[in-house]
Amino acid sequence: MGTGKTRDHLGRPVVAVTGMGVVTSLGQGIDANWSALTAGESGIHRITRFPVDHLRTTIAGTVDFLFDETPRSAVLTEKLAHLAAEEAIERAKIGTPGDFPGMLFMAVPPVELDWSVKRELFDGGNSENDDPYDRMIESGMALNSADAYEYALYACVAEKTADHFGTRGAPISLSTACASGATAIQLGVEAIRRGDTDAALCIGTDGSVQAESLIRFSLLSALSTNNEDPTKASRPFSKNRDGFVMAEGAGALVLEDYDAAVARGAEILAVIRGVGEQADDFHRTRSKPDGSPVIGAMRQALGDAGIGLDEVNYINAHGTSTPENDKMEALSLEAVFGEHVRTIPISSNKSMIGHTLTAAGAIEAVFSIQTIRSGVIPPTINQDVADPSVLLDVVPNVAREAPVSMVLSNSFGFGGQNACLVIAASPA
Amino acid sequence: MSDPRDVWITGIGLISSLGEGLDAHWQAMAVDQPRVGNVDTEHFAPFPVLPMVPLELDKQIPRKADQRQMEPWQRLGTYAAGLALADAGLSGDLERLAHMDMIVAAGGGERDVVVDGQILAGLGSAENPDAFLNERLANDLRPTLFLAQLSNLLAGNISIVHKVTGSSRTFMGEELAGISAVEIAARRIRAGGQGEQFLVGAAYNAERKDMLLSLALGNTLWQGAVNSVWERANAGGGMVTGSLGVFLVLESRENAEARGKSGYAKLGPVLSGRSRREPGQAAAVARNQIDAIRPSLGDKPVGLLSGATGIANATLEERALLESLVAEGTVGPIRATQSLIGNSLEAAFPAQVALAALALSRKGFYRPSDSSGLELEATDAPTQILATSWGFWRGEGMALLEAID
Repeated sequence: MGTGKTRDHLGRPVVAVTGMGVVTSLGQGIDANWSALTAGESGIHRITRFPVDHLRTTIAGTVDFLFDETPRSAVLTEKLAHLAAEEAIERAKIGTPGDFPGMLFMAVPPVELDWSVKRELFDGGNSENDDPYDRMIESGMALNSADAYEYALYACVAEKTADHFGTRGAPISLSTACASGATAIQLGVEAIRRGDTDAALCIGTDGSVQAESLIRFSLLSALSTNNEDPTKASRPFSKNRDGFVMAEGAGALVLEDYDAAVARGAEILAVIRGVGEQADDFHRTRSKPDGSPVIGAMRQALGDAGIGLDEVNYINAHGTSTPENDKMEALSLEAVFGEHVRTIPISSNKSMIGHTLTAAGAIEAVFSIQTIRSGVIPPTINQDVADPSVLLDVVPNVAREAPVSMVLSNSFGFGGQNACLVIAASPA
Repeated sequence: MSDPRDVWITGIGLISSLGEGLDAHWQAMAVDQPRVGNVDTEHFAPFPVLPMVPLELDKQIPRKADQRQMEPWQRLGTYAAGLALADAGLSGDLERLAHMDMIVAAGGGERDVVVDGQILAGLGSAENPDAFLNERLANDLRPTLFLAQLSNLLAGNISIVHKVTGSSRTFMGEELAGISAVEIAARRIRAGGQGEQFLVGAAYNAERKDMLLSLALGNTLWQGAVNSVWERANAGGGMVTGSLGVFLVLESRENAEARGKSGYAKLGPVLSGRSRREPGQAAAVARNQIDAIRPSLGDKPVGLLSGATGIANATLEERALLESLVAEGTVGPIRATQSLIGNSLEAAFPAQVALAALALSRKGFYRPSDSSGLELEATDAPTQILATSWGFWRGEGMALLEAID
């Protein structure tokens, strides 16, 4: 492993992307997503999965085209991951079906028993049992359902995914909130650089739009309440942005040691040149006012990539459409890039697919690579009222043709998580 | 053989049903006649659980506002992380903490079981159950509860309270998450250029009916008096969950020596594995791990801290493997720590590593706690200890720890 000659500026093995796949509310597969994204189409719609009585937000970017009946969150999360990974592995032409020759790093939303399951257990229990949890425990033990049990376990989705694709070693299930997808890629990059594995399957997946999850974010005042026209609700960087739109989806990358990939004749789709991360100690949901952790994470990623500021020619923003995030991200980008930032196109695909939470970093890595390969930058839609404090070229409303060879992709999450990736067309 | 990239354990924070800190655990497990701590057989019947000893939270989480923002599992973890940092001489060392990397193994999601219960009780008579559910959740959930439910918010709280702000990763999913956390931290240190100083650990609050429900769905829990995992395995099997918080400071030997710090022990190979738990599969994984570690073993039989949970099949399989390893002279004295502290899921493996390092640093071993004949008195103190994991549904792991001098 790692015996090839290609090394980066720090003498480390180079990490290539040889496969990618994606599912969002816009559709399944890169082609379907790309044609919608570059046409500026939104996948946000009214929620029909569950009744929205008493909810302040009634729109989302749910993926509704995979199941006839409403699936449990973990089941949908797993299905989304499998579809994205299948596309990625097929593209990479690596291994054989059910035998992926590398490790699995998988960002999954934290697991909880769905209300549908709790209701079944409660209703099936002894009504003379006063304690509702005791009643569910009693009926759960009598039910003895392997399916109910396994999907209540935190590692279940990654475990089943590892079984399905035949990945090597212990699968890693991870969560760094809304930076999770980027963290999965970071872990894969680090493992390949160490020579622990020649290949890694890195997935971010999220199928957790349920009434309770929506309410939780509402209680934190994080969601847009622009329910009237769902497609107009997500407005990253615009003056009238009022929160993010919850969404579902999955992104998957096959990462490989560059030389190993070349040796087996794989097509190199892109190279992950740098990763950076810095935790914030300021607040559970808010960034340090001076943006220093976000700035630090971006600088680390650029330093890890060994590139100059002038080499970045597209930034895939975290751009959630919350007042707080977009202000902080814009401020931090200005701090890192200086005046020069105004000349770099920056866009947020969350304007079209919403915030896919755990999956976002992985999905955005896929779109960043597609931007490099196609020479088309997807727009930030819903830019009707510019925010005078945001001095960025957000590629408003309409996609733009431009040669792109180096992308900075940002991901930030609750709990002070800041992770950045530098993705390039080639190793040097 | 020593190497500047050796991984040393230079700080340990450990809290459990047996006590707070290393001295308390050594006293309870190595000096006194071992016995389980305070067992709660009442609140979670029919399952016994091992509650955390009382803690003065202010000592490690000084701001009440921070304490209020956390649910119990996060408090336990943040507290244990504070102990580990203090033990490593790093508390308040903002320069080093700013570059310290963190890997936390977490479950998460403590629910408000009272709210859940009220909603479940009302759903049956509600005219429109779905609308009722929405209304109750919107009115009754505390906004801060969500943050206590996110798995990565233990790490987030550690950053806020203790100022650890390098990279921050949270792995999820029972025992294997804890194994992977230790394994990947060690690999990053050995590789060079991926971090010098790591804070690795987890916490588990056993006093939670929401978790007991998930575990009960698989009929994994022991009912009745708490005895050794070996005895439980012989009587139908089952695990006892115990509250625990554990954090380790891992660092490269050169980094530790440069700041004049010795370690409790050297962390050798750390191996993770998985199987679908068909008969014999877990033992096959564990045997492969032993074979991979064998070149690092000395002439003497090693001490072994077993991660047996008491779940019948896995525990009986492990026992048979251990008996053969004892017979061939590879393994010496065996202790199953979960007989005393229960299973703490994500925290279980980091706790095994902590206890192995403690024993090596004290040049002794723990006392047997088993009437089934597997755990025998140790004749002399091991200088190498294997810490194993046999997770309750999956997660086979093994680490070799060695005395430093």
